[in-house]
Amino acid sequence: MSLDKEKIKHIAKLARISVDEANVESLTKDLNSIFKFIEQLEELNTDKVEPLSSLLNQSLRSRKDQINDGGIREKILKNSPKENEEFFVVPKVVE
Amino acid sequence: MKAQKKLNTFVTTTFEQALKKAKQFDSKPNFNQLLPGIPLAVKDLFCTDGIKTTAGSNILNNFVPSYESTVTKNLWNNGAFLLGKLNCDEFAMGSSNETSYYGNVINPIGDKLVPGGSSGGSSSALAADLTPATIGTDTGGSIRQPASFTGTVGLKPTYGLCSRWGIVAFASSLDQAGPMTKNITDCAIMLEAMSGFDEKDSTSINRKKELYSRNLNDNIKGLKIGIPKEYRVDKMPKEIDELWEKGKKILKNLGVQLIDISLPHTKYALPTYYIVAPAEASSNLARYDGVRYGYRSQKGKDLIEMYENTRSEGFGDEVKRRILIGTYVLSSGYYDAYYLKAQKVRQLIKKDFDENFSKVDAILTPSTPSSAFKIGEKTNDPVSMYLNDIFTVPANLAGLPALSLPAGSDKKGYPLGLQLIGKSLDEQKILNIGYAFEKNCGFKNEIKKWWL
Amino acid sequence: MSTEKFNYFINGEKGKYEVIIGLEVHAQVLSSSKLFSGSSTKFGAKPNNQVSLIDSAFPGMLPVINEECVKQAVRTGLGLNAKINNFSVFDRKNYFYADLPQGYQISQYKNPIVGEGKVFLDMPYGSKEIGIERLHLEQDAGKSIHDMDPSNTYVDLNRSGIALMEIVSKPDLRSPDEVNAYIKKLRTIMRYLGTCDGNMQEGSLRADVNVSVRKLGDKKFGTRCEIKNVNSIKFMQMAIEYEASRQVEVLEEGKRIDQETRLFDTKKNETRSMRSKEDAHDYRYFPDPDLLPLKIEQKLVDDLKKSLPELPDNKKERFIKDYGLTSYEANVLVSEKEISDYYEEVAKLSDKKLAATWMMGDLFAMLNDKGFNITKSPISAKHFAELVKSIKSGEISGRIAKEVFEIMVESGDNPKKIIESKGMKQQSDPKELEKMINEILTKNKDKVDQYKAGKEKLFGFFVGQVMKLSGGKANPQLTNEILKKLLKG
Repeated sequence: MSLDKEKIKHIAKLARISVDEANVESLTKDLNSIFKFIEQLEELNTDKVEPLSSLLNQSLRSRKDQINDGGIREKILKNSPKENEEFFVVPKVVE
Repeated sequence: MKAQKKLNTFVTTTFEQALKKAKQFDSKPNFNQLLPGIPLAVKDLFCTDGIKTTAGSNILNNFVPSYESTVTKNLWNNGAFLLGKLNCDEFAMGSSNETSYYGNVINPIGDKLVPGGSSGGSSSALAADLTPATIGTDTGGSIRQPASFTGTVGLKPTYGLCSRWGIVAFASSLDQAGPMTKNITDCAIMLEAMSGFDEKDSTSINRKKELYSRNLNDNIKGLKIGIPKEYRVDKMPKEIDELWEKGKKILKNLGVQLIDISLPHTKYALPTYYIVAPAEASSNLARYDGVRYGYRSQKGKDLIEMYENTRSEGFGDEVKRRILIGTYVLSSGYYDAYYLKAQKVRQLIKKDFDENFSKVDAILTPSTPSSAFKIGEKTNDPVSMYLNDIFTVPANLAGLPALSLPAGSDKKGYPLGLQLIGKSLDEQKILNIGYAFEKNCGFKNEIKKWWL
Repeated sequence: MSTEKFNYFINGEKGKYEVIIGLEVHAQVLSSSKLFSGSSTKFGAKPNNQVSLIDSAFPGMLPVINEECVKQAVRTGLGLNAKINNFSVFDRKNYFYADLPQGYQISQYKNPIVGEGKVFLDMPYGSKEIGIERLHLEQDAGKSIHDMDPSNTYVDLNRSGIALMEIVSKPDLRSPDEVNAYIKKLRTIMRYLGTCDGNMQEGSLRADVNVSVRKLGDKKFGTRCEIKNVNSIKFMQMAIEYEASRQVEVLEEGKRIDQETRLFDTKKNETRSMRSKEDAHDYRYFPDPDLLPLKIEQKLVDDLKKSLPELPDNKKERFIKDYGLTSYEANVLVSEKEISDYYEEVAKLSDKKLAATWMMGDLFAMLNDKGFNITKSPISAKHFAELVKSIKSGEISGRIAKEVFEIMVESGDNPKKIIESKGMKQQSDPKELEKMINEILTKNKDKVDQYKAGKEKLFGFFVGQVMKLSGGKANPQLTNEILKKLLKG
């Protein structure tokens, strides 16, 4: 599998990272060498192997249905690059 | 402060606060604690209440958490206090501390040498005596490799032993916090202080706390230690092999039985890791979008452009590279070939260990395939950089505890480490082996304080 | 059972088309706190006031599952006659949006908590089974507000992280009416179970609607379009009608349908393509490494099963069997648990059939008129039963009963007391009635003669006079009998 520039642009779009033409070139080279390394796995037959679902041999622990969090709007908004007293504020979403 | 300038270990210092705490302690000393009045600097991946936490990234340059990670809280509850936040590779992605937004960290072993990564600020500060002990995080070797590069002790605990709550996540199924110390005794104390069940982390193991320091014991006679043949890799310097032999000899003299074992899927560990870790990271780092905290680009006409510019400007190249790898291996049409395949191989790697641990108590390997390298030496070749973690990654994939011990040095005088991998939750045993090894190894890390 | 036939097709120029509909219903789980955090789920709080560090995805925050949400999903699964999966997995669904703080939604993809099930709809053309494909748990997103500022979007995360059940139907629905019945049925079942309040105004129940069309008789499904996030049954029906017609038009023009996500514009009453969502189709699902697989012990399932309330289908059967109700009556009376509770209380104390008639008539009309829920009814079940009893025993007539009913609504009084104090009791004493009737017949001798000469229509006139004289209290049946007897004599 070799990654071309178009594919990389598409992935970058999915990952919401802008890449310019100059970057794409070196990214293509780097990613292809990494994938060449990764693709060593292809030589291994894993047809009958179950994928690992968890390292821990236990079931998901649950908590009681209690309200013990929230009500900390100031804390939540404090680090925001742009906010008002009540909301996070972001540039308009163009649908 | 001079050291700080030359070594670039700290991102944030809290000296004034620490001084106040020290005075407080002195006025009312309490030595019935594990870490009585001990100032500790920690990797800047642990969220600290009211203290800037950057994860080595521009995207968190101005981020001040309003909460304290469980692990650091445990340290403070045991009497320690914060000295500052230590530099690290951006989001812990790196093996040389060269990906940090806050600049390279220098290894006190020698000018122009990397301190390892990603906990490079931690290893450097520790080796340079800027903190008596510290903590790091280890996703693929980020504690053990820098420990090896600086001649210090580093332990990655069993997955689930230390809470991940409040630690900036890199790869959730692999990340573990652990101690980095000058010796095994300190390591046991630190582990005892920082570990423990946390109900806020669904992957935290619920079990009684162990008293690692009290139970430290150098009698390891009769233990069986496995020597995996797959850890002798191509192009490995002779010195590493010699170091391994030396280690075996020391253990043998201590009455340990050495057993040749095979971990056949070892060579696939690193490729597996470079699928699983980026996949999880691509998702874990999606929250850095400029909306609620951290850096926001002012460029762009709408929300989507704001995202793309924020993330492009906020993340460094290595992080972006790994996000793209992770996005790709999870994307439609590639999931089965990469991600699913990797999780299957991960199962095989775990099985390798499971099977052998019915025969042996621990496994001895080199920690790294080389000693510390020069800054800039590997930055243009990501794969050669990744190969640094070839011996450390398997323990992360299998969730096992692994300890890197200073064991010797190469011709250049750069330290080298050996790694002990233990059974799940068998930290005490590898600490004991390490303890006995330390006493009989005769290695002393010689660092001239050239930066002063 | 009615003999009415199913008849919802789109008539194109080139033939009749069948409409195939599948629904993905998002039902908000009834729980105090969120799926993975301890913040409140209460509706109507101030913006961002019910948000924890977890809901707003601060660095290092981790999810811990709410046990009640798991139980609610299992209960709902049992109510949908579905298979409960003892092993299920939480996955991350990755996409970027301002109101999705984590950059992913924790959901269930390959291994949902609930597998296949079914529900039954009562349609005019008979009972229809609708297959349930699966039910899974997932997090809700926050809310983006676009209309408060011309250049900015405001984000409120109060809803972020609230537990939702996504209930996916098989493509078994064939008309807007069936969609209506299906949603109502789901809502009824969940309200019986107490797992979702079904409040569509507050967004507790929303749906994505999958629509495709095919020529009548074709076996293969057509290409479907998904209409996102429709929040009322009426809009769902309108969207389906529009979308089905649009697809038929496209096909008749010889073009192909693009599989896509569409939006229903409630103002223009049309669906339109949501191109911006297109690249988000690659959700890159993978198991959430912050969570472990959810293993549910069979014992828990069995215990929950034992503690389930009687469900509407069973109750309906019982109402028909035990109370002699028609299928229609039973259906109406089980549609809400509170209604069925009210009915059962009334039926226990009075005539079951008459109670049903009066509830579905005057009581429902009054509640509807006043905009009251039955739990807020000004007439208690006990009083209502008294009223039914009085009607049944002949103590009051139907007409008087309506008057008594009105007074009960106003005063909340016991009907016995009202009848008593206002002297509204029906005149059922034959002697008294005979006396009254004789008086009327004497007064209207001419009319009696005409009647006897064959003008039998006048009978109604005499009844009217009796009612007038008695102030409406004369027992109508008895009046008829006596009148007939005296007019003959």
